[in-house]
Amino acid sequence: MTVTDLVPYEDALATYDPVMGLEVHVELGTHTKMFCGCATTLGAEPNSQTCPTCLGLPGSLPVVNATGVESAIKIGLALNCTIAEWCRFARKNYFYPDMPKNFQTSQYDEPIAFDGYLDVQLEDGEVFRVQIERAHMEEDTGKSTHIGGATGRIHGAQHSLLDYNRAGIPLIEIVTKPIEGAGERAPEVAKAYVAELRELIKALGVSEARMEMGQMRCDVNLSLRPLGTEKFGTRSETKNVNSLRSVERAARYEIQRHAAVLSSGGTIIQETRHFHEDDGSTTSGRVKEEAEDYRYFPEPDLVPVAPAREWVEELRATLPELPRVRRNRLREEWGVSALDMQSILNAGAVDLIVATTDAGADAASARKWWMGELARRANEDGVELGALPITAEQVARVAALVAEGSLNDKLARQAIEGVLAGEGDPDAVVEKRGLKVVSDEGALGTAVDEAIAANAAIADKIRGGKVAAAGALVGAVMKATRGQADAARVRELILEKLGVEG
Amino acid sequence: MPGITREEVAHLARLARLELKDEELDHFAGQLDDIIGAVARVSEVAGQDVPPTSHPLPLTNVMRPDEVRPSLTPEQALSGAPAQEQQRFKVPQILGEE
Amino acid sequence: MADLIKLTAAEIAAKIAAGEVTAVEVTEAHLARIEAVDEKVHAFLHVDREGALAQARAIDDKRARGEKLGPLAGVPLALKDIFTTQDMPTTVGSKILEGWMAPYDATLTKKLKDADVVILGKTNMDEFAMGSSTENSAYGPTGNPWDLTKIPGGSGGGSSAALASFQAPLAIGTDTGGSIRQPAAVTGTVGVKPTYGGVSRYGMVAFSSSLDQGGPCARTVLDAALLHEAIAGHDPLDSTSIDAPVPAVVEAARNGSVDGMRVGVVKQFRGEGYQAGVLQRFDESVALLTELGAEIVELDCPSFDLALAAYYLIAPSECSSNLARFDAMRYGLRVGDDGTKSAEEVTALTREAGFGPEVKRRIMLGTYALSSGYYDAYYGSAQKVRTLITRDFERAFEQVDVIISPTTPTTAFPIGERTDDPMAMYLADVCTIPANLAGNAAMSLPCGLAPEDGLPVGLQIIAPALADDRLYKVGAAVESALTEKWGHPLIEEAPAL
Ligand SMILES: [Mg+2]
Ligand SMILES: [Zn+2]
Repeated sequence: MTVTDLVPYEDALATYDPVMGLEVHVELGTHTKMFCGCATTLGAEPNSQTCPTCLGLPGSLPVVNATGVESAIKIGLALNCTIAEWCRFARKNYFYPDMPKNFQTSQYDEPIAFDGYLDVQLEDGEVFRVQIERAHMEEDTGKSTHIGGATGRIHGAQHSLLDYNRAGIPLIEIVTKPIEGAGERAPEVAKAYVAELRELIKALGVSEARMEMGQMRCDVNLSLRPLGTEKFGTRSETKNVNSLRSVERAARYEIQRHAAVLSSGGTIIQETRHFHEDDGSTTSGRVKEEAEDYRYFPEPDLVPVAPAREWVEELRATLPELPRVRRNRLREEWGVSALDMQSILNAGAVDLIVATTDAGADAASARKWWMGELARRANEDGVELGALPITAEQVARVAALVAEGSLNDKLARQAIEGVLAGEGDPDAVVEKRGLKVVSDEGALGTAVDEAIAANAAIADKIRGGKVAAAGALVGAVMKATRGQADAARVRELILEKLGVEG
Repeated sequence: MPGITREEVAHLARLARLELKDEELDHFAGQLDDIIGAVARVSEVAGQDVPPTSHPLPLTNVMRPDEVRPSLTPEQALSGAPAQEQQRFKVPQILGEE
Repeated sequence: MADLIKLTAAEIAAKIAAGEVTAVEVTEAHLARIEAVDEKVHAFLHVDREGALAQARAIDDKRARGEKLGPLAGVPLALKDIFTTQDMPTTVGSKILEGWMAPYDATLTKKLKDADVVILGKTNMDEFAMGSSTENSAYGPTGNPWDLTKIPGGSGGGSSAALASFQAPLAIGTDTGGSIRQPAAVTGTVGVKPTYGGVSRYGMVAFSSSLDQGGPCARTVLDAALLHEAIAGHDPLDSTSIDAPVPAVVEAARNGSVDGMRVGVVKQFRGEGYQAGVLQRFDESVALLTELGAEIVELDCPSFDLALAAYYLIAPSECSSNLARFDAMRYGLRVGDDGTKSAEEVTALTREAGFGPEVKRRIMLGTYALSSGYYDAYYGSAQKVRTLITRDFERAFEQVDVIISPTTPTTAFPIGERTDDPMAMYLADVCTIPANLAGNAAMSLPCGLAPEDGLPVGLQIIAPALADDRLYKVGAAVESALTEKWGHPLIEEAPAL
């Protein structure tokens, strides 16, 4: 790999204005493929989910998956797009062994959804509007495994093995208009856009949009133009950038690379580039001898799609609250800062907290448990927060026990630990582990008396007005009761017995 | 518009993945030129404000429910494969994007 | 039992149902005929002797059990080698699919099996249905039973020749630009292109998706109707399939009449290039229709003059894409895989070796017509012509119930005569193409022998989309009047082989 000289990011931005275009492919979570009834189950054995249609056998024909169309319309509506009254599928013709028909059934000049926008919020709360060019329906390709080269790479491979289980799985391709005016925040905007889109897709329930599983894939197109000019520069197309962090890094790298080429008097060639996760760089794709000519034409085997307006409106009515709007609403309801909200989001805790409040907990304690104890545990165990073996209802029950004074925080942590260890519901754990707060005034009074007697010097200080010293006596009582006392009540009793105002 | 050259035929053959022999290039160049010369008549209507017909019947919205249908068995799927390995289609090295 | 091969499908079915003959006897008679004459005719690419007999035995057993038999139960049929069959190879007349066994049956194949039709084998055809003479088959040409040195029409020459040589009473064809009707015309048989979408295309190897239509071939109008009814109907696996009841074609064929009908004669369907004897027989047919009570209406359909040009852009364009799947990766021929070549090279070498010249020519023509820079002038304009032709038909059918024309401008031409002149070859379909472009239903039936060469002339009947029954109503009337006039069906004049 040749080392590319890069211009420092700030220097690049001092001279050039980046323009981006983002193309995102989302694999829909339908039960069947876009044009045939084959299942889409992940991890099935090779070529076990194929039929004449998705293998492109002679004589086979496609039939459109209604849920695929419905999902496309939902995505289009959520992206504030116009939904076509009438549109067609088109064939995109090019040869590639992972594509059984050697054309991709896609849409060309008549996408099902067009002219929309998505507002994305940057980490500091600033909202940036990304204009959407189009969202169209198409199909995925099969999967090739390259044999004989180094670590499964295509170069140097002797031959390849093809599994067509993925061929024909519905894809929605979402293309932005050129994103201008983001300036130095362009990489951040790119990342925020893809993140927002992912949240949106998940909220719509049309795909799990797991980037690490290839359910959502992003191409980053980027060009630079001298500051203050209008005309777009030549763009590079960085393909398959498949994590949020990579989207940001790829955009940043390309800005620096383009700037280096341009400021040394070179020209950018329009080409595809590959992103490398390891060092965040991009390298040139294969140089094609001739420009691609996809020879698009209307797919004669499929009839036009003309979604009835009533259907479109029905779907519009089912749209969930947009993730950004919902986040802002929750942020206000919970009374947290934008930064805190961001970390809640990053931790994947939003829905868990909502579910916990839905189960009766107040927002503050729900947030406290999920972002505190549970986030720590998830981190330790290296799992997603949602994957911990505890439900929102169980967390809400713990919070309720604390609120009613049956548990203090320390005991509550033990209760949660018990639930995570599989000892049952919070109540069962409390019962088995004997985690009740000592609230018997008599027993507590005795413990306080004993503590005062054993720490006469401290008691004197308190009597003398050093109220802060009460902490030591509280600690002694808590120790004596093995933590099962309500610390606030203990403090009250101590001050009461020593005749001091709290 | 007609006047198709040997180079154009070679370009078309590459697009269409046909490894044409030299004599075929010459032969087809002549024939395609004749045919294109004859069919170019259709461009008489190019300027007319007529909607194109892509489908002979005015059908729309033919869709199927998202319900799984039985697939072929892997054996059936691979039954015509020129070569196979590990229950996958074995193909020569793919030159392409990494 | 020699007579069995001369019977119509309707007669065979009736005799089997009545127990006068068994399905096995009928099948054996036809297999014997194939054995005797097909070496000369070369109508079949594959004969499934064992499969056909097993099927026939099953039908006889069914009858013995007292089960009800369908209207075509036990009738042998020759299937064009373009429909997939799980139990026989499907080659589409191409080397690239030599020996390919499809892992699935076409919908039409299934329907034939469900109707207890006995499939004798698969018939020869122009490679990928591209041609008008069956000379483009990778497996050698088929002869016209009327004169073995002449072409049997194409692309479905194997099916038409099988009928005309009494190797089968029924056959299946496909018609993209005339591949059912033109072979029917030049062999003195009956062929019908149903309304586009009337017969499922699922499992029919695609040539030009928006034009292709499977349909019945037979020696009589009634037989064609019986077969039409067996293979037509909505198929959820074909998005372009019509979701409506099949027109009552059998009833129409049993009640032939043109009395009070308005029959259109289009002035664009004659002129230079039309053989005198063909026009003579056509004019006699017009006179006959008048005699039978039809009103003849002269029609002007100016856009028909552009039909051939539009067809030779649309069909090649769609085929260039449809045939891209033959890439040596998943099925079919693979050439040049010596361990050093790339997939791309192997694909190109395979397609070079596996496709014949006409297929390559059309793939390149289509690739050209769809290329950026040419799309609007060629493919785009051709689609506009298609609209104009449809409008001409709509206007015409406001004035008439059916349109008639010669099916082909000439009778069967000699094998080899036009192979080096694609444009001359393409002219064979000049009368049949408009109906494909507009999606109409059309039929060809024999209307006599041309005086100059003694070869059959076809009369084409065109009906509006979804009005396939009109073809049969008119066809049956013409057929019965002509049979009466000749004293026997025309096919009986075919020479013994
Ligand atoms: Mg795409
Ligand atoms: Zn499938």
